[in-house]
Amino acid sequence: MSNQFSHEKIIQLRKKRSAADRRFKTYGLIATVIGMAILFFLLFTIFSKGYSSFQKTVIELDVTFDQETLKITPNATYEEQVEAKFFKVKKNAIANALPDLSKKDIKLMKKMFSINVDKEIKEYFLQNPNILNTTQKLLVTAHSDVDQMLKGNAKRDIEEKKRKLNDRQLEFFDEFVFTGRLKSKFNNFFFTNADSRHPELAGIAGSFVGSLFTLITVFLLAFPIGIGASIYLEEFAPKNKFTELIEVNIANLAAVPSIVFGLLGLGILLNVFGFPRSTPLVGGTVLALMTLPTIIIACRASLKAVPPSIKEGALAMGASKMQAVFHHQVPLALPGTLTGTIIGLAQALGETAPLIMIGMIAFIPNIPTGFTEPSAALPVQIYLWVESAERGFQEKTAAAIMMILIFLFLMNAIAVFLRSRFERKW
Amino acid sequence: MFYWSLIIILLGIYSAYIFGKSRITSNSRQLEIKTASLPTYYAQYIMVWCLLPALIVYFGWIIFEDQIIQNLVLANFDFDLNPALNASLLIAEIKNVALSDSFAEGKAIEILNAAEHYASIKYVSSISFYLSILIVMILGVMFASRKLQPSFRAQQSIENYVKYFLFFCSSVAVLTTVGIVFSLLFESLRFFSDVSVFEFLFGTKWYPYIPIREGQSGSQGSFGAVPIFAGTFLIMIVAMCVATPIGLFTAIYLAEYASPRVRRIIKPLLEILAGVPTIVYGFFAFVTVAPFVKTFGQSIGIDASPTSALAAGLVMGIMIIPFISSLSDDVINSVPQSLREGSLGIGANKAETIKRVILPAALPGIVGAFLLGVSRAIGETMIVVVAAGTAPNLTANPFENVTTVTVQIVIALIGDQEFDDPRTLSAFALGLVLFVITLILNIFALRIVKKYRERYE
Repeated sequence: MSNQFSHEKIIQLRKKRSAADRRFKTYGLIATVIGMAILFFLLFTIFSKGYSSFQKTVIELDVTFDQETLKITPNATYEEQVEAKFFKVKKNAIANALPDLSKKDIKLMKKMFSINVDKEIKEYFLQNPNILNTTQKLLVTAHSDVDQMLKGNAKRDIEEKKRKLNDRQLEFFDEFVFTGRLKSKFNNFFFTNADSRHPELAGIAGSFVGSLFTLITVFLLAFPIGIGASIYLEEFAPKNKFTELIEVNIANLAAVPSIVFGLLGLGILLNVFGFPRSTPLVGGTVLALMTLPTIIIACRASLKAVPPSIKEGALAMGASKMQAVFHHQVPLALPGTLTGTIIGLAQALGETAPLIMIGMIAFIPNIPTGFTEPSAALPVQIYLWVESAERGFQEKTAAAIMMILIFLFLMNAIAVFLRSRFERKW
Repeated sequence: MFYWSLIIILLGIYSAYIFGKSRITSNSRQLEIKTASLPTYYAQYIMVWCLLPALIVYFGWIIFEDQIIQNLVLANFDFDLNPALNASLLIAEIKNVALSDSFAEGKAIEILNAAEHYASIKYVSSISFYLSILIVMILGVMFASRKLQPSFRAQQSIENYVKYFLFFCSSVAVLTTVGIVFSLLFESLRFFSDVSVFEFLFGTKWYPYIPIREGQSGSQGSFGAVPIFAGTFLIMIVAMCVATPIGLFTAIYLAEYASPRVRRIIKPLLEILAGVPTIVYGFFAFVTVAPFVKTFGQSIGIDASPTSALAAGLVMGIMIIPFISSLSDDVINSVPQSLREGSLGIGANKAETIKRVILPAALPGIVGAFLLGVSRAIGETMIVVVAAGTAPNLTANPFENVTTVTVQIVIALIGDQEFDDPRTLSAFALGLVLFVITLILNIFALRIVKKYRERYE
């Protein structure tokens, strides 16, 4: 015995063991650090790619509001002004953007401006109609290719064929930069426009409103049904096979892949019930079914947390069981339920696959105004932009992701606030 | 139609409520008997009888209206003129013409006539829709108002109705499952009438293009899903190789080593990682990880595809880390303290305690967490849609391009859908496979976790 475990051997063994202990702890630490590093790297990638999208490039243009070209008189009515020939004004302005442009040059120059410049000119004119027959310096939106070049997202020292702007256009670009006519401005279009084929005009307003309508539908359906189901299961359900079936179903639905819910929406809601395709109504219904387990689990937990003495007190005062539950238990369980619901809504906000299945992936260039109108949703908008080949959409994608993350963060913050403010410890 | 009927129904039940309340108070005053329940309960009773029939009519109408109108229109349509026409295409055309004049240009006269017919039926139908909602609401109120006697125990009946409603709410979960199974089964059966089950499950060639013209070269579409299953499996393996060690070690660190302060900081951060929408991970995979994998592949002399299984799998693994870590964390925390103390008490150090005592005790729960992670990896859609390939490819090389079940479902259902085309229907067959596999995994995992919890409670 004494020989086998000499003092040195024991010390050696202990060293080895504690080294193993430290190693093991380090593995854990490394894993945690990796997880955190990935999170920060992910956020960094998105912010670094997306922040530039909040600025857009504008070009200063001398626009001559000549009454001959516009084909209106100084005392034209508003309707006549709206119908005036602004595209001709735009054409002239672009043709004279730089001196001595040939016909071919003008064509190239035109491609450096956003397609809707005439509308911008028109808006400016309608706000200040007394500028007729004057020349104004207007800041008009540049084409996405110019925008990307200025932001440095597009490389200029590569072959001409691989560039969006050719050599001549780059000369124009440099001239604009040199004369200080290329400026950056807050990108209002990103917040006020719906989707567009042109990156410089595309915005998230349409998909944001679509997501809002979808979430309202989710809330209106899932919140009452979730509370109802929880009350039934906690208070009224008899202990039998069917109750067990319901419990198993709720647990399983929480883990069914979201795309399967999309197939349910397509196969049943669209094809059997004939719900209108691509609308927040269908999207919301499908997402409500998905969110239901989250809400039910939260609501049941908070119903359980209400002390039985409260219900018993109500019963002792002669309340019926229904009254005891609805007048006393449910109000006390509501903050917890609401917290769970907001977290469920946050999940629903980021869900993409089911919405694609029910057709909310269509290109919708206008902002929806109702639950039964075809619309996009924020995550689907992100998907559409990711898939889009144009460079200008990449920063839009990152910016849209920033917006969705901000919304998610806000929703979770509200949930945490509600929990800390209203949750009671018994 | 939706808004108007909503307004009609809301106004209807409101007036029913007012009516019921005033009627019962006047009744009880006349008879000089106190009511058995509070007057509100009578009013609610009337309201329920007003609402229910209206809802039944509403849903019945929106389900059957379209079908009936279509049949009426088609019955009047003379098919002899144009026997080649497909009924469903025809009805779509008629609807388009009826909806807007811009479609009407250059259409045959019989289509224009049918469109006019369609529009007139639609008009009559919408008027009679509102009328019948109104009528059933009034009938319901009339029927129920017989019960407006002071002796009627309205509260009991209302409470019973509420109980039925609560029961219905909790059955929604069951109905959803039934709906999923039915929609998947029904369309899959149609798919399997064209393609044999055997070919689908064991065939190795996925080429879901049915020739448009007969006798086109390379004519037969083929639906062997093995490459798709293999691709899904490959990406899942990559993902689990990332997620399991990192997730498990994070859980061990958080549960056993980290101070409460560190825990308080790290746990919410992990929750953020869990709450990031999967499309965001897809973007991350697409713009950052995939190019990185490609350059990495080149540096070690492998020609990586820009949509490699490795990139999609790595990012999917990142997505699953918080899932595994939080589930395992729970499991490790619920191992009884006495086991920990017993092991430390006989001289084992922390690492030995964890490796020899805690992990074996927590193993079932960890396996459950792992299986749930696998189920999520298989069912995950957006990451692979964005970052993985679309071409079926039977390979075990993670640098190559593979496709997954979910990607194929999305591809089949984006764009034009024709529900008599096996290409569209194949999505439902794939969905069925996905559903069955994830269901088995979930039930199995949940059962393990539950058994494990019971053991220590």
